[in-house]
Amino acid sequence: MNYEASPLAVGIFIAFIAVVLIISYRFARRTKSSNEYFAAGGSVHWSVNGIAFAGDYLSAASFLGICGLIAAYGYDGFLYSIGYLGGWIVALFIIAEPMKRMGKFTFTDALDSKFDSKGIKLVGAISTLVVSVFYLIPQMVGAGTLITPLLGAPYEAGVIIVGAIVIVIVATAGMASTTYVQFLKGGLLIVFTLILVLLVLTRGFSTAPNQGGQVRFHEPVTIGVTSVADDSVAIADNSYKVEKTFHVQDMTFIELLKDDTMTIWKLNEEGKVLEETQTVTKLADGTELYNGAPKDQNKFYQVGNMSVINGSTDVANQPADLLSFFETIKTGVVDVWKTATIADGEQTITVYYQVPTSGVDILGPGQEYKVDPEKGATITDQLNFVSLMLALFLGTAALPHILIRYFTVKSPSAARKSTIVAIIAIGVFYILTLYIGLGAMTSGVLDMTNNNMAAPLLAKSFGVAIFAVISAIAFATILGTVSGLLVASSGAIAHDVMDRFLNMKLSEKKKVGAGKITALAVGCFAIVLGILFKGMNVSFLVGWAFAVAASANLPSIIMLLFWKKTTAKGIIASITVGLISSITLILLSQDTFNKVYHLVNVQAPIQINNPAIFSVPLSFLALVIVSLATRGPAPANNIKVKNIIGAD
Amino acid sequence: MSQNSPSGWKENKKTSRYKARLGLIMFFIYVVIYGGFILINVTYPRLMKLDVGSLNLAIVYGFGLIFIAIILAVIYNFLCSRAEKKADESKGDDEK
Repeated sequence: MNYEASPLAVGIFIAFIAVVLIISYRFARRTKSSNEYFAAGGSVHWSVNGIAFAGDYLSAASFLGICGLIAAYGYDGFLYSIGYLGGWIVALFIIAEPMKRMGKFTFTDALDSKFDSKGIKLVGAISTLVVSVFYLIPQMVGAGTLITPLLGAPYEAGVIIVGAIVIVIVATAGMASTTYVQFLKGGLLIVFTLILVLLVLTRGFSTAPNQGGQVRFHEPVTIGVTSVADDSVAIADNSYKVEKTFHVQDMTFIELLKDDTMTIWKLNEEGKVLEETQTVTKLADGTELYNGAPKDQNKFYQVGNMSVINGSTDVANQPADLLSFFETIKTGVVDVWKTATIADGEQTITVYYQVPTSGVDILGPGQEYKVDPEKGATITDQLNFVSLMLALFLGTAALPHILIRYFTVKSPSAARKSTIVAIIAIGVFYILTLYIGLGAMTSGVLDMTNNNMAAPLLAKSFGVAIFAVISAIAFATILGTVSGLLVASSGAIAHDVMDRFLNMKLSEKKKVGAGKITALAVGCFAIVLGILFKGMNVSFLVGWAFAVAASANLPSIIMLLFWKKTTAKGIIASITVGLISSITLILLSQDTFNKVYHLVNVQAPIQINNPAIFSVPLSFLALVIVSLATRGPAPANNIKVKNIIGAD
Repeated sequence: MSQNSPSGWKENKKTSRYKARLGLIMFFIYVVIYGGFILINVTYPRLMKLDVGSLNLAIVYGFGLIFIAIILAVIYNFLCSRAEKKADESKGDDEK
């Protein structure tokens, strides 16, 4: 669909950026030492840190990605919310206080606190950088996605603007400015998400949602079929000419020509009709046609509605409350849109077709992740699901940009309290994502070419003011998270590698300078990645970052805390095996073949799309084997391990 | 005994050990509940579509996992804070 920028949205966006830059400028004057740059002086109040945690964690994946996935697949998208929140339990009960006790600026500090090993410093820094880059990609994709509806600028401009602003935030005042930007963004995100949910409930459901009268709902049409042969059909409407027939999986699509415009229709043999679809056709020369016409002709329409509400096919604005919202969906029928790809000579046609789906199915698992053997799910499908839930659960407490926030508070008890504030804030937000996602799914606002836009487009259906605020907050969401990632990356290079691994003995001033230069370099790299990965679902990409973090970082943290025979070489082996195995499995997975390499109908060597179920145990195993093999007589180690968790 | 840090915080080791054990217990409680969610989804996904009042089991369990996380977190903090306070008080008594 085409997006037009609103001056109000631009104004709010610029105002927000101005506030962010003022914060950065204010803290820049105070940031002289490495402790101030990398850990905000360790003096942030736990309540501020808790909301900043939420601001750091609730990234583009949470706001844009999860809402988009729920809008596209229903309950299956909400599984991300459940897994992400569950991960904070690991952070609170296992990691929070020991991390504060052991670390100084980076997660590698904590891992290395017992050993003083050069190898741990190096692999810890590499792991931090790899996980941060995996996490950066979806944030930058989210930035590019938002810029067009917000400012009317092209995708690439969004990526560059976010990259540039974040570089300024981090390169001026490091963790101090990052903390307050994240605090501001976290608070705003939760408040305005709540407002959006209230608006959704107040407007309620319609079988032909018209966005408050702003946009006419497009009722998909059908054409009667008079006869069906093997490779063609005869239709009742003579104004169309039947051109081609395509068979995709178990479906048949018919290409029709009318007034020099090609359209694709889905054959419903049982109902003896052709059902209207939407298409994006990529021609051999790269030109894209939307429903057979250039994009600026606005022939591609927004979708998403309930075709049956309370047994009726004609309902307007039936309001709902927090519980009846789900009951209305559960007892109704939702018109879900699915995707098929047709390779037609040198052109590729992406077809979006409507599938009326019972509300019971929408509110249960199975639309995206096949788990039911009676509906064709295989063991691989089930392993995929378990692996995803495992990665989300174990990944949170292993994300370097989250872990470094434990060094910004005064004490272990402050680390614990800030984690609890984060759990409450993030938990409330994730509950709201289900209302927003399902609200978008049924409000006629979805842009099938970009499900990341579900939440902002839902906001737009309530008027440009709320859209402007929500979009600006979504942009801020990205700024906050990317800032955290840049601080983590710059700590890994300047502190772990330059200062501690290479033993460069940098002065405080030079160390801060090195951190700033690293932030600039990583920021530029993030811009390039954001442009290269255009079009990927952001939550899907973040799932990978979690898998890599869970595989590379978590086993070593857990074993360091709870297994006294852990050795430095065991930790190095664990991180290395976790990194290599998880990345290898991702690169060879079916999802990567289809969605990154764009290889249609090619079977990948690995059918599991999320590697955690293999790579996490492998990482644990590597640590145990190598630790046992390299273990020496080290009674001092035992004492140190006990000290970490506070044993006598 | 207590641990000191450059940033000024002090910790009673006995309290730290209590907090670590409490954290582990609560972690395993949550793991069981979370594991149950995954297990039902994989072994008997249709159960998730079972009506629970105006909702279904999938939503009740999903929301439940979020609310239980919040409740466990608050209980954990209460117990840890109480232990820290007791340790501070007994330290004060010792100093008297």
